This record gives sequence, C-alpha cells and structure tokens, in this order.
Amino acid sequence: MSSSKSVDMQQMRDIDITKKKVRWGEWMIESSLALCATISVVTTAVIIFILAKESMGFFQVVVPADFFFGTSWVPLLEPSSYGVLPLLWGTLLITFGAALFAIPTGLASAIYLSEYASPRTRSIVKPVLEVLAGIPTVVYGYFALTFVTPLLRMLMPELQVFNALSGAIVVGIMILPTIATLSDNALRAVPDSLRQGAYALGATSYEVTTRVVVPAGLSGVMASFLLAISRAIGETMAVTLAAGATPNLSFTFLESIQTMTAYIVQVSMGDTPAGGIAYQTLFAVAAFLFVITLILNIVSQWILSKFREEYE
Amino acid sequence: MNSDLKLANDNIAARHRKARIFRMFCAGVTWMGAGLLAILLIQVTVDGIKWLDYQFLTSFPSRFPYKAGIKSALVGTLWLIVMIAMVSIPIGVATALYLEELSRKGRFAKLIEINISNLAGVPSIVYGIIGLAIFVRGLGLERSLLSGALTMSLLILPVIIIASREAIKTVPMSIRQAAYALGATRWQTAWAHVLPASFPGILTGVILALSRAIGETAPLIMIGALTYVAFLPEGPMDSFTALPIQIFNWVSRPQQEFHELAAGGIIVLLIVLLTMNATAIFIRQKTEKKLQ
Amino acid sequence: MMTNQNCAQNLELVSGQLFTDEVILDIDDVTISYSGNPAVKSVSFPIAKNKITSIIGPSGCGKSTLLRSINRMNDFVEGVTVQGQLSYCGHDVYSSEIDPVEVRRNIGMVFQKPNPFPKTIYKNISWGPVINGYKGSTDELVEKSLRQAALWEEVKDRLHESALSLSGGQQQRLCIARALAMEPDILLMDEPCSALDPISTSHIEDLLFELKARYTIVIVTHNMQQAARISDYTAFLEMGDLIEFGVTDQLFTRPSQRRTEEYVTGRFG
Repeated sequence: MSSSKSVDMQQMRDIDITKKKVRWGEWMIESSLALCATISVVTTAVIIFILAKESMGFFQVVVPADFFFGTSWVPLLEPSSYGVLPLLWGTLLITFGAALFAIPTGLASAIYLSEYASPRTRSIVKPVLEVLAGIPTVVYGYFALTFVTPLLRMLMPELQVFNALSGAIVVGIMILPTIATLSDNALRAVPDSLRQGAYALGATSYEVTTRVVVPAGLSGVMASFLLAISRAIGETMAVTLAAGATPNLSFTFLESIQTMTAYIVQVSMGDTPAGGIAYQTLFAVAAFLFVITLILNIVSQWILSKFREEYE
Repeated sequence: MNSDLKLANDNIAARHRKARIFRMFCAGVTWMGAGLLAILLIQVTVDGIKWLDYQFLTSFPSRFPYKAGIKSALVGTLWLIVMIAMVSIPIGVATALYLEELSRKGRFAKLIEINISNLAGVPSIVYGIIGLAIFVRGLGLERSLLSGALTMSLLILPVIIIASREAIKTVPMSIRQAAYALGATRWQTAWAHVLPASFPGILTGVILALSRAIGETAPLIMIGALTYVAFLPEGPMDSFTALPIQIFNWVSRPQQEFHELAAGGIIVLLIVLLTMNATAIFIRQKTEKKLQ
Repeated sequence: MMTNQNCAQNLELVSGQLFTDEVILDIDDVTISYSGNPAVKSVSFPIAKNKITSIIGPSGCGKSTLLRSINRMNDFVEGVTVQGQLSYCGHDVYSSEIDPVEVRRNIGMVFQKPNPFPKTIYKNISWGPVINGYKGSTDELVEKSLRQAALWEEVKDRLHESALSLSGGQQQRLCIARALAMEPDILLMDEPCSALDPISTSHIEDLLFELKARYTIVIVTHNMQQAARISDYTAFLEMGDLIEFGVTDQLFTRPSQRRTEEYVTGRFG
C-alpha cells in the first residue's frame, strides 16, 4: 500500500522514527533565546551588585547608624553630615500627600468605571486615564511649577515657590490612573453573582458597592495602592522641579523639601568624580530607594497572587 | 403595622439618597480626572503654541529665548528611539517567546518571571544610576547616545517582555496543537504560527514601551545627557541631548520665556507620543479586522 | 482483575477469529495518568492497517486521552505519564530513543474543533510538508490533498484566501487535507464531527470511507451510529477500562459484555 505514496514524500520522511535527530540549528536558536531571557536576571544581579558595592564603600566612611538615624543631610559641604532622614522625610511627605489625594479619587473612579459607567462612557474615560498615565513626568513638573504652584500661591500667599504641596498634588495626579485602572480590573473580576445576590436582598447600589464589591475585590485594590505608592516614592522629575532641593525635617507642605530622588538628580547634574564620597552617596541613597520600592512591589505581587487564587 | 411600614419607607428613601449621592461623587471624581488632563493640555498649549514655528524646530538651544529651538533635542530623541528599538525589541520578544513557548516550565522560568515583574517596578532613576556606573564609567562608553540607549533599553525591557507574553498567551492552544501534530518542533511552531498570530499585540506593547522611553528624563540626566548641545549627533558614540532633557532644562530656569519654550517642547513631545500611540491602536485594529 | 480478564478474552476472540489484518499499531497494557490519577487503565488492543478503528464510550472515559497518547500529543500537557507499550512499526513510541517529532510526522491528527492556521488555504496545506523538507511541487501537493479531502472543487478558486473564511465543515475538511498532505501512516481523529452540522458530518463520513483504502484511521467518537456506520473495529471504553474490543458489526449486534450492550442500546451514557 505504501507504494501508492509519492516518491517525494518518501524522501522527505524519515521512516525510521528511532533516529533521534539532533537539530543543531534549533539548538542554537533556543540557546540564544535562553540567553536573551537570562539578560533580565543578569540585570537584577548587576543592579544589586553595583548598589551593594558602592554603598559598601560609603558605609566604610560613614557609620550606618549615622546614615539611617542622622537628622541632617549636608553631603556636599564641609562640615559634612550624612543623615538620610531628611531625604526620607521629604519622600514620605510627597508620597503621603499624593496618596491622600489619589487613593480616594482613584478608588472612586474605579468604582464609577466598574459599577456605574455605561460601556460607552467607559470606552472614553479609560483611554483618557491611560493618556494621563502616559504623560512624561517632566511635563507634570512643568505643570506643577507653572500652574499648580501659582494657583496655590494665590490662595496661600505664604507658600514658597518650591514646596511639597504642589509636588504632592502633581504626583497624586500622576498615580491616580494607576490606582483607577488597576482597581477597576480588580472590581470587575468580582463575580456578578455576588452583586445579584446582594441586590436580591434589597440592597441599594451604594450598599452593594461598599459592603460587597469593594470588600470582595479588596486585595486587588490594596495591591493597586501599594504599586501606586511605590511609583510615588520612585518619582523623580516632578518632585525635583516642584518641591525644591532643601533637605527639610519639618512637617510642612508649604516649604521647600528634598526627596531621595531629587537629591540623586541634584548631585548628578554637577560633574561628580567617580569614587568620591559624593559619588558614593548616590548609590547609598539609590540602594535605600531600591529596597523600599522592591519591598512594596513584592508585597503587592504577593497580595495579587493570593487574589488570583480566590477567583480562578 | 402601619407605622413600621412607614419607618421602613423613610429608611429606604434615605438609603436611595445616599446611593445617589455616592454615585454622583464617583462620577464627579472620575470626570475631574479627565478635567485635569484637559487643564494640563490647555495650559501647555496656551503657553507654548506661539513659540511653535519652523525656526523653533530647526534651531539649536540658545541663551536667548527668541533664537532657541529644539533641533538637537528632537534629533537626539529620534536617534534614541531607533537605537532603543534595535536593542530592546529583539531581546524583549526573544525572552517572551522563550518563556512562553520554549522553556520547560521549571524553576528557571519561574525565577525569570518573578525577576521580570520586580524589575518592572524599579524606579527609573535607579536604572539611570546603573547606566552611569556600567555604561558610562564601567564600559567607558562615555556620555554617548549608546549609553543612553542601553540604559533606556534595560528600563523598558521588562515592559516589552510582559506585554509580549500577554500577547503570546492570547494565541489559542489549538493552533499550536495543529502545528505539533504535523510534526513541527517547538521552534517551528513558535516562529511560523505563534509569533505572527501575536504580532499585533506585541507591536502595540512595543510601541507603548518605546513611548514610555522617550518621555523618560531621569535616567538620561543620570548618565549625563548634555543640556546644551549645539550640534547634531552623527553616530552612536556622540554626546547628545533629548526632548525631555531640553524641556527640563528650560523649566528649571526662572524666566517666563523659557517656561514658554518648555511648553513648546512639551507640545512637540506630546505630538510624538500621541502619534506613536495612535499608530499602535491603528495597527492593532487593522490586523484584528484582517484576522476576522 | 475482572476487566483484565475480559480484555484478554476479547482479544483472543478477535485474534483467533478475525484478526488476520496486519497490525500497524499495538496498544499493549497502556495506563495513562494525570498527576498520578489513572485516566486510562491497562488498555490493550491492536490497530489494523488500512482499516477504521473507532473508540467509543461515555464522556470522560479516557478515549481522547488514549488517542492523544498515540502520537505523543500528551507531551504538551503537564503531569501526564504513560506506562505500557504503544508499538508502532515495532518500536515503542514512548521509548527513550524515539523522537516524538518523528512520531507526529508519521501519525497525523485531526482535532475536535476545526483549527486551521490563520493563514491562506494554500499555506495551511503546504506548511507541514515544507517544514519537513518536502522538495516536490507544492501546487500539486495542495491540489492532491484537497481532492483527497473532497474540498478541491469548493476552494480551487480561492486558495489564497484566508482559511478562516471557510465554513465550519469546510474548515474541518481543510484540517483533514492538511493532515493528509503529510501522507501519514495513521490518521488520528478526535471527535472530528462533534462541532459540525449533520450535512458536514455526512460529507466527512463519506470521505473517511474513501480514505481508508490508503490510510489507517483511528477515530474517537461519542456518536455510536457514526461508529457503527464507518468503522471496521470498535473499542468500548468506560471509566478508563477497555470493556470490549471487536469487529464493529459484532460489537453492536452481539456484544459479549452486558455493559457494552447497555451502552450501545442507549440504556446509559
């Protein structure tokens, strides 16, 4: 019977299925793709290695306790002092202010998008929020300096030109879309049967949303908060432009402050020679920043992975 | 009985009022977000539109606002886009393809996966510092376009990988099975069927990632992209400036004219970004139609 | 224990009375497990060359799992283990020196739902042979395969249109043509008509009759009339056990097992 098969085919096929071919071409391709995949691991290793190495150099000169608990940050002038608390405080102040603005508004937008908006409204509003998320941060810096600050100074004449308030507001606007879109995803993942069950008991839309839907999607919502906060902590250009360059430990939104990121920009704008203590402060501060954001990201991913288990 | 019922009715009216107010609050806040975007765009346009002319696009930066332009910044940004694309797209798509199609789903794949999602959350300025330490100083590439492009590629690689993997995941399993059943190897299947089928999704993700890269400022400042560049780069080893750097430079000056110049630069930057996003959406819709 | 004895009896009966056909694939004591849970238990029966063998049974009985293990498609499902022997041309397809890709080149498959590549009709047919080193005329090959699948007349003027523009029944015949283009020794079909309307189904059944002159066909179906109409041999599986294997006419008219009788007469399943 097999004689009826075409000659071409017989040549093409290896009738002996035991002849395990080594496909060298494919082996090469697979290996080079695997090599590409390892680049990401190498990147992480390099980031950690470099931050650790240069920070080590820094901590040979500065006692870690002085860095972590010192209340004065004067790295570039004599007598120098390397207490990171004022920078950390500046970052926290901006993050706190931004979260205060963005968490309620972001969550309310998410609720509107997932619970109330018609598909048509949704299809307009969601892209708008995405555009808001895609605007470069330097544009937000410009917006803070030329619009938000002058506006605030009309209301509050005692406000300094560079101030934490304006920085916090624009960072808040920046992270709002992150919270809104990610929370929207989380709320939409809540099964409709839960909503219908609550409505069937005579609950109003407010009660269904606040007592059933949001609690059910809470882990996803929390993860979006953490991711947004981590973004706010790492945010650089807007706070550099709007909030100034004055390490400041007082609880005030009206004065100029300096965040960790803004300090890094400030130093790198000058031509710092490699190896000096000023150069090493960059890495110590960056390492601190890296650890904080990494922890936040890991926690939010952990929350999200638990969330996935619940509904899948 | 009657009074009980009446009480219940009052209660219901109050609850409905509460629900209505809550709904209006949520809607109001959402439209406020859209409103903020509108204010931002209007503010930029009002400030910058009068500076947008041929001379602005074709002049080098200058101490005198009336002579200043974005020629070197625009050209630098175009160089960067092309170089970042050349580095990050092949590596990113290859990684995604490897993780989704070729790797055995073992510990190694899991490690890379966790690693990538964490890399995506690292602040951009940290990438800048790493770029400074490795490319500028370690490899001695100086403050060149190449240093900038490599730094930015590291920054957007996780974004490209994640977007590509999502696109690859949407390719139906039945297509892979059809290919395997014909005696295709994993690579033949991935190359001939999975990649083409996921191409629109990958392209969209890539364009969005690139548009993120060209708006990034902090890493470029870190690696020391010059802010006063009165020449055009001619090769990857030349020093350069880019649009966001030029904008940052102008915004941080105290004079009103420079702020307006910055607004002009922002308009150009936003036009570039919107063009890229629109292209991504256009390509996606076109290919989707073709497939149906 | 009981089932094993039953199987042995049936096989003896078959081989003693009727099995003069050449065996192309011998399923011998095959157990297939998902993460340790057996879905197919110690199943043994032969596949006759150039005949149609159908595997029937209630859903979840393991018939698709068994079919997919023949050309090692289960390799892509995590946690599947196969014990026992699947001898094809004298080789166990699961032995370590076998290249699964080579197995699939020789044993083609048609799936439950039509799954054409989102490419042109022409490329759907030509891709398999081309990647496997076919050097002849692809035009001829495409025409021949489409004719064998009784699709040529319907699509000859639109070969370069997307395969997704075809109707469901046409798509399934295209998938058959695609598998035939490889000129496989065995063609495995996993409920190929379950997603199709009755007219398309009868087209495909007619086609299978013509194909068996040149190909060995193993078809999984939940449709007993179909199995009775088209197949030469039938295996009945239930809960992973082979209840009965025999010549189709005999299995449907004079089943030796009570449970087979109950199933084929529609009393359960």
